[in-house]
Amino acid sequence: MTTLSERILGAPEGSYVDCQVDRAYVHDGTGVLALEAWNAMQARMLARNDRCYVLFDHIVPANNSVTAGLQAELRRFAREQGLPFTDVGEGVCHQVMGEGIALPGEVVVGADSHTCTLGAFGAFATGVGATDMAAIWADGGTWFRVPESIGVFLSGSLAGPAEAKDLALTYVSRLSMDGATYKALEFVGDGVSSLSMDSRMTLSNLAVETGAKAGLFYADKETCAYLREFGHSAGLQVPGECRYERTLDIDMADVVPVVAVPPRVDTVRPVEDVAGIPLDQVFLGTCTNGRYADLERFARVVRGKKVRVRTLVAPASRRVLSRAAGTGVLSWLVAAGCTILPPGCGPCLGAHQGVLGEGEVCLSTANRNFRNRMGVGGEIYLASPATAAASALSGAIAVPGVQG
Amino acid sequence: MKVEGPAVCLGADIDTDLVIAGRYLRTKDRSVWATHVFEDLDPALAPRLSGAIVIAGKNFGCGSSREQAAIALREAGVRCVIAPSFARIFFRNAINTGLPVMECACPCTEGERVAADPASGTIEVGGRVYLARPLSPRMLEILSAGGLVEYWRRKQ
Ligand code: SF4
Repeated sequence: MTTLSERILGAPEGSYVDCQVDRAYVHDGTGVLALEAWNAMQARMLARNDRCYVLFDHIVPANNSVTAGLQAELRRFAREQGLPFTDVGEGVCHQVMGEGIALPGEVVVGADSHTCTLGAFGAFATGVGATDMAAIWADGGTWFRVPESIGVFLSGSLAGPAEAKDLALTYVSRLSMDGATYKALEFVGDGVSSLSMDSRMTLSNLAVETGAKAGLFYADKETCAYLREFGHSAGLQVPGECRYERTLDIDMADVVPVVAVPPRVDTVRPVEDVAGIPLDQVFLGTCTNGRYADLERFARVVRGKKVRVRTLVAPASRRVLSRAAGTGVLSWLVAAGCTILPPGCGPCLGAHQGVLGEGEVCLSTANRNFRNRMGVGGEIYLASPATAAASALSGAIAVPGVQG
Repeated sequence: MKVEGPAVCLGADIDTDLVIAGRYLRTKDRSVWATHVFEDLDPALAPRLSGAIVIAGKNFGCGSSREQAAIALREAGVRCVIAPSFARIFFRNAINTGLPVMECACPCTEGERVAADPASGTIEVGGRVYLARPLSPRMLEILSAGGLVEYWRRKQ
């Protein structure tokens, strides 16, 4: 038997393979660079224009005329070439691709490091460079080195206020920021079946923070049920005996609410150790934690109360936003004093919509807390939506579940 | 696409900042990178790279994803980089910019004669033979074109 990466790429770990790509995508940031490389290649036609997606999410709507000009050029290219295209307000590329586009067993590449999010569906999904992407546009395929795999064995189930984000930060801290460089993570074990697709996407999303190339789940009943809502009938992927270079065992019942302390995502502490640190901003959103279940958990905590710090909420997609509008979650957030941003990356990359000032502290549900990421001199603590909600209400980092 | 040259032997975990320091990135003049390659590791190295084969320790090219690191080595005249393992992005960048790379642990002495063939994976160092994983057909085509952009220009 083989690992899921070996199965999908069709060769043993360590070998180099040439393979066709089932889905390729860029966003407004990397798409501009890929287009530049495309022009340099003097290629004319895309090999598979129906499989090459352009999804605007990073700086949307455009923040200045330079960005607007670059976006206009990429938008024109997408239209001329007949590419599937989502414009301002449709959502974060990884989320949109996860709403019934990427499927189990596919090879998916994105010009963004968090493409690994789609491993949640049993796709081999990984980030590539802009020049790589231009060549994939031209040819429809690329080369890969089949990664070795690390088995992350999950048992038990999450309890109390702990959620997928806490589990994700826990495995990142155990592997460290380069502990899985070039490897694929495979999330397996009895505990997996208790995780929703939203939770799995959160877990796969953080794989790259350990240096991993991909973070995969085998498609199971949950995956198939999720995809059925989008009209797909996907088959199961059954894990078998295979060789893992290393294994990591996590009993999910032991996971407690944690934060990643700036400036490293693998410096992880129980929330209570840092409780009371005053905040200037709370941010709920991103490809890590901007999904409907995240908004709903947050909204249930702040419902009927008032946040005591500026609180920004960016739904990960229009679908998430419209569901939140339909169920009342959105109005609870607005009534509690949250500011709703358009679906997209929002302030995650420090370009607009909530840039931090020197010395400001933000608690964010994103995946990166590098120095200066959300603004020069700003500090970022990473945590779950539940911790973010408790903290928004208290104006300082707070343990979830206490305010209820 | 056999390559031959004297060995330049380096240690493990050489990051891309050591290959080409951040202070030299703000230019499009590739010869600048060739002049300053490995400057922070050993300023005497650059002039010895022309026609050489770099044999390094594990995890070569870790750190920043700058594509200039691969370009700098190629511009300096390095014919191939051999290491037991490479950082993923550097490895991709190397192939895509036309710099042959081979994954293999081969002990070496400075200046020894090296002959390497990325297509078959064979490496000969001072008469000893080692075997690296052969590259895929597409990777070899990209290398022989001189990089991904040129590979595509040719295909048009
Ligand atoms: S939400 Fe943040 S991490 Fe995710 S794709 Fe956007 S900028 Fe990157």
